[in-house]
Amino acid sequence: MRTESSRRAFRKGARQGIPFAIAGFLLSVSFGVVAQDAGLSPLAAIVMSLIVFAGSAQFAAIAIVGGGGTVGAAIGAAALMNSRFLPMGAALGPSLPGGPAKRAAQGQAVVDASWALAGRGDGSFDRWLLFGATATQYVTWQLGTIGGALGGDLLGDPDKLGLDAIYPAFFLGLLLAEARTRRAVAVAALGACIALALVPFAPAGVPILAASVAALVGLTRSAQAAVAAAQESEGAPR
Amino acid sequence: MLKAIGPIALGGRELPLWVTSVIVLLAPALLAALVFTQAVADGKDLAVGAETAGVVAGGLVAWRTGSIVACVIIAAALTAALRAL
Repeated sequence: MRTESSRRAFRKGARQGIPFAIAGFLLSVSFGVVAQDAGLSPLAAIVMSLIVFAGSAQFAAIAIVGGGGTVGAAIGAAALMNSRFLPMGAALGPSLPGGPAKRAAQGQAVVDASWALAGRGDGSFDRWLLFGATATQYVTWQLGTIGGALGGDLLGDPDKLGLDAIYPAFFLGLLLAEARTRRAVAVAALGACIALALVPFAPAGVPILAASVAALVGLTRSAQAAVAAAQESEGAPR
Repeated sequence: MLKAIGPIALGGRELPLWVTSVIVLLAPALLAALVFTQAVADGKDLAVGAETAGVVAGGLVAWRTGSIVACVIIAAALTAALRAL
């Protein structure tokens, strides 16, 4: 961290990441428990969280392994689930300095909540805020996985505890915080419809990737005018 | 890997307005898809269950209070309560 402002943004991100980190902690506890039920050793679950660090991909992979699927199928589903990081990373790219390797490394810090928090609303991102928010969430994600993987037996059946509701509720909270314009709400509704329409036919993850098509609403003249207005007032705190 | 491709492909460039405008709307589209595929689908079937009610309740809490922690706790608690009935 080179400047005072980047340090400030990092701290701000770390602070703003705390509620998501707490919610993520609960989520990762349930992951640890579910992974154990699916036959993963506690160590395997913990290593997966350390490396993958993406809730939806981890749950998707576990569901396939638990259902008797192959490791290849599990990895494929996880990759599809994470395919949303392609458009997210593409959105973030212009806001990251440095060469390709440096940008790729910085791109690893993207998790959904941090990405949404760091967006300035004008298409650019505050990268230090992103790093800060991710740092907080990374710590609790690992602690929760360890807790769930090692202490899962004490908790009992994760479904009974309603732990499977945590993941969608987490993203709904994030969506409500983000979708503040009528246009954003309309795009969210459209994205949801596209995804649900594809669920019966497409493999896991594809419906979510396909939902990004809804963002093409941004091609309309009025949407572009709104972004231009946001860029005009750039620098103003959100 | 997937997290690296986007930044490599599009780093260090000023984007035209239409691209930016699409990018801004990616978050609501992707987040809504994540929520709905989890809350009202079970595998390949569309299904409404206890967790659907829990997520709706969590959403109401998040909307009224702005608290993501209260949101997930209420969602889990209501889902658990409905399943215990």
